[in-house]
Amino acid sequence: MSEENEALFSKKNIKLLTDPLNDNNPITVQVLGICSALAITVQLKPAIVMAVAVVFVLVFSNLAVSLLRNLIPNRIRIIVQLVIVAFLVIIVDQVLKAYAFDVSKQLSVFVGLIITNCIIMGRLEAFALGNKPWASILDGFGNSAGYAVILVIVAFFRELLGSGKLYGYEILGHKAKTIAESTGVYYYGYENNGFMLLSPMALIVVGIVIWVQRSKNRTLIED
Amino acid sequence: MNTNSNTYTFIFAIILVTVVAGLLAFTATSLKPLQDENVRNEKMQSILSTIGVEENRDNAGNVYGNYIKKELALKSDGTVDENPTVKAFNINLKNEIKKEPSEQRYPIYIAEIDGKTTYVLPLQGSGLWDSIWGYLAINADENTINGAVFDHAAETPGLGAEIRETWFEEQYIGKQFLKTTGDFSTNSYVSVRTVKGGSKADDKHGVDAISGGTITSDKLSIMVEERLQRYLPYFEKN
Repeated sequence: MSEENEALFSKKNIKLLTDPLNDNNPITVQVLGICSALAITVQLKPAIVMAVAVVFVLVFSNLAVSLLRNLIPNRIRIIVQLVIVAFLVIIVDQVLKAYAFDVSKQLSVFVGLIITNCIIMGRLEAFALGNKPWASILDGFGNSAGYAVILVIVAFFRELLGSGKLYGYEILGHKAKTIAESTGVYYYGYENNGFMLLSPMALIVVGIVIWVQRSKNRTLIED
Repeated sequence: MNTNSNTYTFIFAIILVTVVAGLLAFTATSLKPLQDENVRNEKMQSILSTIGVEENRDNAGNVYGNYIKKELALKSDGTVDENPTVKAFNINLKNEIKKEPSEQRYPIYIAEIDGKTTYVLPLQGSGLWDSIWGYLAINADENTINGAVFDHAAETPGLGAEIRETWFEEQYIGKQFLKTTGDFSTNSYVSVRTVKGGSKADDKHGVDAISGGTITSDKLSIMVEERLQRYLPYFEKN
């Protein structure tokens, strides 16, 4: 009975939500979902759309699997999970194609590849199969938000340093063909760092994020 | 209930798959018109942008008819395919170039701005990683390029992907694809090539290639040469 009366945002539930943001972040601590973090963080806009898509897919697949957890035959549970995730991902892809065409072109195959994002299958197996729907929703939201935060941080630095823009706006000034015509920092000879646009820099930025996080959060440091 | 029995597993799988398939079919069908419209509008937007008319995607469909007066499907000998079922706008060049040359139809869009005729030719080819495509606007002299738009599916960001940037596209304006001798019949076709290391200022047939994007530049050069030459029979007849 005590469980049914448990408050929606009890201490335990809050922890489900906040844990993945820091102490148990899927990217920086569990090192899951790295591949997509490299691929779509060149600009902020696709990174944000990708983050929203993953939040949607993870929350709803966690919910669906949690609701069906007592019905899913154990021997085909991975297949069932895949079908549910694939279903949600295709919906996201179709909706983007209809309502956010430009972004869907930028994300191209990476929306489809959400299916293979380790965070999603990981949460379904580790959490949703054994927990109640509400807790699963919180867990899904927490983990996908933890993923989203890192994605946005990485994209912020890559777009700013790589293209001198944020969310498509030229905040460092306009880079024209000649220095004389340029404005902002480009007028003083500043150049964008093209290396930031390539995938290896995403790894290095993620590495720096991990470093900063661990220096702030001592509990993460292993012996 | 024994959720581990074979019968239960089969029934569960069948129900799940049927429900999911039904929902997906419904979503796909209901969103299809919107998606098709996006693709159409984007195509119109690109064509308009080639002739110097910048419109946002949603509005491109509305003003398209004001500029583009004719859409023709050309046969390989340069004659117009008069078959009313062949709609030039709906021709998918990507599929078309896989057919036998005699079966292929090349779309050409004829625009009119301030009384001046401009031809818009679609391009399609392969880049380094995946398809590249674009449009070229040709002046009424049937030689000078008046605008170019390129796009790509997966060229390297910052390198080959630069082909879609304005600085690269603008280089094509004013370039000529024929070596003129004064007499149209003896003009020779040279196309407009990307030149590694930069083209000379007075080079009418070359543009600067992209540093670090040599393969994409070369492939783009091949695409332009290959596609343009298909339209020569039509230009000769007109």
